[in-house]
Parts: sequence; structure tokens; C-alpha cells
Amino acid sequence: MVEKKIKLMQGNEACVEAAITAGMKFYAGYPITPSTEIAELSAEKLPKVGGRFIQMEDEIASISAIIGASIAGVKSMTATSGPGFSLKQEGIGYAVITETPCVIVNVQRGGPSTGLPTAPGQGDIMQARWGTHGDHSIIALYPWSVKEIYDITIKAFNLSEKYRTPVILLLDEVIGHMRESIELPEADEIEIYNRKRPSCLPEDYKPYRVKEGDLVPEMAGFGEGYRFHVTGLVHGETGFPTSNSKIAEELVRRLVGKIEDNKDDIVETDEYLLDDADIAIVAFGSTARAAKSAVDTLREEGLKVGLFRPITIWPLADKQLVDLSKKVNRLVVVEMNVGQYYLEVDRVAGKYTKVDKYGRVSGELITPQEIVDFIKEV
Amino acid sequence: MLHQELRLTGSGGQGLILAGIILAEAALYDGLNVVQSQSYGPEARGGASKAEVIISNKEINFPKVDKCDLMLALTQTACDKYIDSIKPNGILIMDKSIPNVPVREDITIYLVPIIETAMNSLGYPMVSNVIALGTIYEITKIVSKASLEKAVCNRIPRGTEELNIKALEEGYNLIRNHKEECFGHGCRFN
Amino acid sequence: MPSQLVNEYFRTENLPHIWCPGCGNGIVTRAIVKAIDNLGLNKDEICVVSGIGCSSRASGYLDFNTIHTTHGRALAFATGIKLAKPNLEVIVITGDGDASAIGGNHLIHAARRNIDITTIVFNNNTYGMTGGQYSPTTPTGDKGTTAPFGNIDMNFDLCELAKAAGATYVSRSTIFTANMLIKQVENGIKNKGFSFIEALTICPTYYGRKNRKGESVDMMVYLKENAINIAAYDKLPDEQREGKFIIGEIYQSSRPEYTEEYQKIIDSFSKGV
Repeated sequence: MVEKKIKLMQGNEACVEAAITAGMKFYAGYPITPSTEIAELSAEKLPKVGGRFIQMEDEIASISAIIGASIAGVKSMTATSGPGFSLKQEGIGYAVITETPCVIVNVQRGGPSTGLPTAPGQGDIMQARWGTHGDHSIIALYPWSVKEIYDITIKAFNLSEKYRTPVILLLDEVIGHMRESIELPEADEIEIYNRKRPSCLPEDYKPYRVKEGDLVPEMAGFGEGYRFHVTGLVHGETGFPTSNSKIAEELVRRLVGKIEDNKDDIVETDEYLLDDADIAIVAFGSTARAAKSAVDTLREEGLKVGLFRPITIWPLADKQLVDLSKKVNRLVVVEMNVGQYYLEVDRVAGKYTKVDKYGRVSGELITPQEIVDFIKEV
Repeated sequence: MLHQELRLTGSGGQGLILAGIILAEAALYDGLNVVQSQSYGPEARGGASKAEVIISNKEINFPKVDKCDLMLALTQTACDKYIDSIKPNGILIMDKSIPNVPVREDITIYLVPIIETAMNSLGYPMVSNVIALGTIYEITKIVSKASLEKAVCNRIPRGTEELNIKALEEGYNLIRNHKEECFGHGCRFN
Repeated sequence: MPSQLVNEYFRTENLPHIWCPGCGNGIVTRAIVKAIDNLGLNKDEICVVSGIGCSSRASGYLDFNTIHTTHGRALAFATGIKLAKPNLEVIVITGDGDASAIGGNHLIHAARRNIDITTIVFNNNTYGMTGGQYSPTTPTGDKGTTAPFGNIDMNFDLCELAKAAGATYVSRSTIFTANMLIKQVENGIKNKGFSFIEALTICPTYYGRKNRKGESVDMMVYLKENAINIAAYDKLPDEQREGKFIIGEIYQSSRPEYTEEYQKIIDSFSKGV
């Protein structure tokens, strides 16, 4: 028997373990399948580390509560699925404009509306990007295994703290519910990033002032003597509302820029057998696991196929996709929807190579054989 | 290469998902790669329930079971629904309470009184899932006995270890002592 | 010359405020600040949370930890803040539409939890910021821009709602009885639990004009003449209660407070129980 720190763990459980390691001290949520285990485990584990859990009256209340807690200085998270993710959009926009770090987990299920509660889907790719109203940019990450859920949850917290922005962690019913072996890293192997604290005296503090060359303001917490104001209205560096058009333009440009101009730091991708590939499959989450099996099968049959897997879904890995499209004859985007990420891949890579899509919205995971057949048929 | 895909089926509340977790954990103790998943309907009790375990000495990519090497069926509904998903030369362990034995010439079928043993020999219907694990072990030896017993004790309520180890043993014995209930072209007792 | 109270507690650089001439919101805001001053609370430990609407703009004028949230959600944000930092004195400023229409669910659940938050509803019977639509507290029959033929909805009694939902301090006052309002805010803050204070205010610009209620002073006179203290109201015969409304401390009770109960769970682990 192997006596290492290897555990059998569910995806949703790995998310909670990682969140606590990343410093989560507050969770607010509302029960919804297939994300409920994240709330249940947070309820059980948080008080043991001095944190707090609350089951709120609805999804909007939950995201509102975590934003409040984060502004009070505490790392916070909520989790939901499809219908709840629609309701979270109000709060996501507020967190964007108020630059409040927080993590929103969406364990995707079949939609639209109540859809297929216990079945997987990947139909929230575009909602993660554009679900809340108004111009903004967003960070959305999508792991594909239990181990990676652990690592990427920590990354989600780190990016939210570093860029003072909500980070969406996309999972799906398959990876959220399945159990796999995981070897938890030691504490000293994990890098934790905390929001930058004010470097000035309270009387000089301006909550949205950015230093020369930086795009992210320093963040004080409520009750620490800074007595600042937070609003979802357009605001200048003082935090107070204004309708000054120059300030409005600058604010939205900076909110977008702090993410889009830092893609080198934010975007993470993975690849498999792409070096000599003629065809590249583009897939993420549980679908990428089917795609990887398909690559192996097609390779055995002599076809030079590889896998490109964006872990950062938003901001778009456009540089990597363009580079890839110049190397291969064909890109095949495989996703459990009718073609959402495909729209972006085709937009940036379509002028260099042929881009195809294969999708499924039946609530069943796409199988390796389906992908093999599709690639051979076309 | 070792690569086995198992499907445990029945109705909600029979402890099949827990059985899948225990089997996966035992394989993990043996140093193997595992993926365990499940599907269920909207009901918490009743309805169709299905747990799946993939055990391999290689990396497991696709996490779902399509065609399985072994299937456990505790209800007629589950048996009928998934019978065609057993690979040729595969194994079906079905509870003896299931009235209609499926017709599959190319598999081995074990018709075993799992639920009855839990109710009558042990007096606890809820240990059917652990008895079933005992039968799976005895037929496949896919995990080591020590790992299976450790995994069972790790996942069951404290204080019920003795009962559950006994349930495992009942499972082993059901296969050893009921040779007449094994049939099909691959029956090793033929 | 701004008063001592204004200098001490307001962000004078953000004044003048956006409220219309004759609006009652300034009186309610002053009452809150005066109560805080009377209690001698530390400004750094006060957090004022507001929603959306005319009244909710007050948070930006006050020199505390302040947050102007989304429509209806002030209590949900406040719940997160209070749980994250239970030592903060959390005060919610909200309006009738904010608190009882879009935020009605959050109101009843905050009351049910008895979380230590003091909520002051500026009730002007209308949606002022969007131009005078009828709200859940617009009296039946009155007009709004979305009730041009008279409101057919029954209006809420917010105090009865808060009481039924579990608030442990419930009171009502008016901008005419401002001293009573100050005392109520003090008592609400002092109550360890969910406190609900309904401040009846006036909107001469929209509600008043639409319903021919006269100028600001006329509306103040109306509040003065029809508000009856709870003790006196109880003694009034039914026929004299017609058209009157209760002011005063309507309900008080004592039961476990939410953040304290949660702290017990945390302590049970840190003590190794």
C-alpha cells in the first residue's frame, strides 16, 4: 500500500480545501445543484479556522454578502450553478466597478433556465464574459481535474487579490462531482497573494488612486481607520460619485486595462502533442479530457493531432491561439454547447486556418469516440 | 495494462455511490489511478442511481464509463437499463431478488442473494452495498483485500467496523459458496 | 457656517447634497448623526451601508466607513460586513422601495436572523430618484406616475412587517418629531440585534405635488397632526383612529443575536470542545 498524503477527493471538495488554504474566511451561498457540496463543506470547515459561513436568502444576497465581507477585509467566495449564476451578475458588475476581490464558482449544468440540474454543460462561457451589464473585462478560469481544481482555486483567489477584481471559477458537473486522487501540497509549496494594503496615512488615503505605472489601487478595509466610500456609481480616485465624462472614460479604460494589459500574467494554457500537429483540438474542463483520449486514439491511427487547453478562459488566450493557428491546418473547438468559445477562436484564428466546431447540449459528456469520428469525417 | 471500468447500479438510497467511493479509495491505497463518478435523478431516495469507477495503472483521461467490464445491478430497472453496456466477456453481478435474468450469452452472470444476506444473515439491509463490494473483490481481485477493508473502515460510520467487515466476508463467501448461481460462457466454476 | 455636527460627521467637500428643496431626508440624516454623537461612538467603527434611491445617497455625505450598494441589497451587503467584522457598528440607510420592494426579502431575513444591524428606512411613500412612481408604501388610492388613476395596491405597514419577521427593536417617528427619531436611533443602535426604525419623511417634489399635498410645510403639518404616540393611540376609540398612524417604540424583545451565536460555534472549536 502506498502511504503518502494522497487522498481521494471530490472536485467540489478540492475547491473548498484550496479556498481555505488561499485564505478564504467568509462564504455566503444558496443551495443549488451541482454546486451544493461547496456550500456544505464551507459550512463545516470555516468555523474551524475562525472563518464564517452563512446561507443567505437568495443568490443575489449571497454575492452581495461576500462583496461586503471582502470590503471589510476578509477573503470571500460564493458558489452556484446556471440559474444562480444569472442572478449573481448584478453583484459581479458591482465587484468589477468597486474593484472588490472575490471568487465566484459556477459549477455548470445544462441550460437554459432550470435546464438539466444534475447533468453537465458548458453553456456559461459567454455569460462568464458578458453576463453583467456594461463594459468590463473579467477573469474566468476553468480547470479539468480534481488536482487542478485545487491549484486553480488558489490561483483564482490570488488573481482576485492582485488585480482587485471578481474572478469566476468555472467548473462543470462532471469535474465538480467526480472523485480522483490528489496529493495536497505542503503549505510552503503554495504561493498566496494578498491585496496590497495602503502605503499612506489614513488622512492621505484615496481608495481608487493608482500609483504611476500601476493600474490597481491599494485597498484598505472597513474599520481600519481609513473611512473611505464605496459606490457602484462611476467614481474618481476619492471613491465619491461623479458624472465627469473624463473620469468615467478613464475609470472604465483602467478597469479593462488592468486585466487585458496583464494577460501575460493571467493567461494560462496547457498543450498536449502540439509540436508536430496538423490538427489541434481546442477544449476545456471535462470536455478536454475526452479530447485528450481522442488525441491518443487518432495518433495511434497515424493522424497528427494535438490538444490546446485554455485554463484561463477569460481574458482570451488570443496570442496563443494565433500562434497555434499559424502552425496547424485545422482547429477543432469541442465544447458542451452549440459553439461559444468557438466564436472567439474563429474571430482571432479564422483568418490563418480553418476553424471547426463540435458541440453537444444533451447533458451528456462528449465522448472521445465522437471527437475521433468528427475529426476523421470532415 | 490494467484498466477496469465498473458500474454499480440500483436505486437511490442503496449506498451505491458510497460503494463506488470505497472501491476507488481501495484502488488508490494500492497505488493505482482512479476516477469515481456518479449520476442520479432529482430524487434523493428511489429513482435510478449509478456509480462508476475506473481503475487503471495508466493516466485516466475520459472520466465516464461507457462500456463496462463489470456491472453490479441491485434492481430490475437498473439491470434492464444498463445490461447492454457490459463489454463482451464482461461480468454481471445481479441481486437474486431480480426476477428477470437478462439474456446475454457473451458475459458471465452471478446471481447472488446480496440483499437477502444483508437482511437475514446480518439483520441490516443497509450493508448490502458492502456485501456487494465483497462479491466484486472475490470475483475480480481488482484491489487488495487489505486496501478494501481499510477503505471500508475509513468511509463507514464509526462503531460499525465489525458489522461491515462481516458484511465484506459474507460477500466473499457468497461467491465461494454459491457456485451453482454462476452461469454464462465465462463461468469459472464450469 | 456649517454646524459643529456637520463639521464633525459630514464629508463637507461632498456638500451640497442632491436632495430637492423641502425634502425631509436631511432631517433624518441629521437625526442619525446626532444619535451617533449622543452615544459617543468611534467614527472608525461605524459602517453605514445604503442601497439605491434618494435616501441612499446619504452614505456618501457621512464621514464613516460607507458603502452605497446596489438596489435593495444594502442589508445583504451589511450582513456580510457585520459577519466579517462583528465589532463594526453597522447602520443601514434605505428607502421604502429599496427596503420593502426590491429588498423586501433581505429585510425579512435580516430581521429573522436578528443580526445586530440598525436599519433606518426613509419612507417618503414614493420612488423619488426615478420621478415619483408608486411604492409599496404609497397609500391605496394615491397617485404616482405609474399609478395615474390611483394606486390599487394595499400599502405595507413596514413596522408590522419587521416585527412579524423577527426584529427585536421596532419604532417609527417622523421628521416633525425629530427628537423622538434621534432617541429611537440611539435605542436602535444600543439594541443587540436587528433594529428597524421607520422615519416618515416627505417628498414634496413628486409625491406631494402628484397628490396635491401642498408645500413642504403643509406635508410637515400633516405628519404632525396625524401621528399619534403609541400609548395615546391604544386609548383612542376606533372612530378616532381613522387616518392616524402610530409613532413611538412599537416593539422590543430579546433573543439571541446572530453574530454572537456564530461566534459560539467558532469558540467551540478553538476551545477544542
